[in-house]
Amino acid sequence: MEKKIQSDFVRGMMNGIPIFLGYLSVSFGFGIMAVGSGLSVLEAFMISLTNLTSAGQAQGVGIIAAGGTLIEMAAVQFVINIRYALMALSLSQKLDKSFTLPHRLFAAYGITDEIFALCSTKEKILKPSYMYGVILVSTLGWVTGTFLGAAAGTLLPANVTSALGIVLYGMFIAIIVPPTRKQKNILFVVGMAALLSVICKYLLPMISGGFAVILSAVIAAVVGAWLFPQKEEEEEI
Amino acid sequence: MSIAVYIAVMAGVTYCIRVLPFAFFRKKIRSKFLKSFLYYVPYAVLSAMTIPAIFYSTGNIYTAIAGTGIALVLAYFDLPLIVVSLAAAAGAFLVGWII
Repeated sequence: MEKKIQSDFVRGMMNGIPIFLGYLSVSFGFGIMAVGSGLSVLEAFMISLTNLTSAGQAQGVGIIAAGGTLIEMAAVQFVINIRYALMALSLSQKLDKSFTLPHRLFAAYGITDEIFALCSTKEKILKPSYMYGVILVSTLGWVTGTFLGAAAGTLLPANVTSALGIVLYGMFIAIIVPPTRKQKNILFVVGMAALLSVICKYLLPMISGGFAVILSAVIAAVVGAWLFPQKEEEEEI
Repeated sequence: MSIAVYIAVMAGVTYCIRVLPFAFFRKKIRSKFLKSFLYYVPYAVLSAMTIPAIFYSTGNIYTAIAGTGIALVLAYFDLPLIVVSLAAAAGAFLVGWII
């Protein structure tokens, strides 16, 4: 039993390595930006440790730099991060019995786009140990990158940091492509979400990035659920 | 205003959004429609996040296209996540170095 728990944890850490690398490079950029906006290295580090989110942190630093109000801060964080509520709801449906309230209170900290992606697609039933493994490795990448970017932002060559910008997207592709080969309904949903996202980006630029993703995803998933409802046996996989 | 207060508000709002549905929604959803919707959400979210953002991820459209192409091919053959994502970055780096 002990061994099994450990292996879930280690498996989570292994699967989290692409997130580690992606976060390292993305948060590196955040660290540079935060210090450029007048924050100290410690403040940048604390923001990353307590928030663990990219778009929300970038906007938050902008508000701090501009001397905005706390109401504005709360409202902006709410709008940008509300997508996590949808992801949390989705994850809540596949939690193992061992996911008791204390585990839920801890693990909720780590619901990010990327950690959600791993936990919701790679696991049939989600155990706390697996999720903690992913969260530990990912958070390590996020705070390390922030610290390095804030403390020594200009040391890495630009062509290396820019190439690393694609790492997380590469991981997303690795997650979504294999199931689209086997299930045409997923291919439909993936294609429709991509198309809507492109439409938002180029034809409806007044919709902010975070909203565009939620809007596209919700519409595509609703249409998918309407056209291709899941059969009973597929749900239990 | 103290920066610590700003950080506390940021972190508090963000954590509440995550924890409320995760910790306190204990029902199993029975509706076939809602179950199907939640089944498709991860794929839809990932796809909408990736396209078209991936083409801007390296700051150069050509290196991004090279990385995307490599990732698609390797993912099609079901290679591990780490292989696909690092190969995409390596491809983008090499193309950026050549052009």
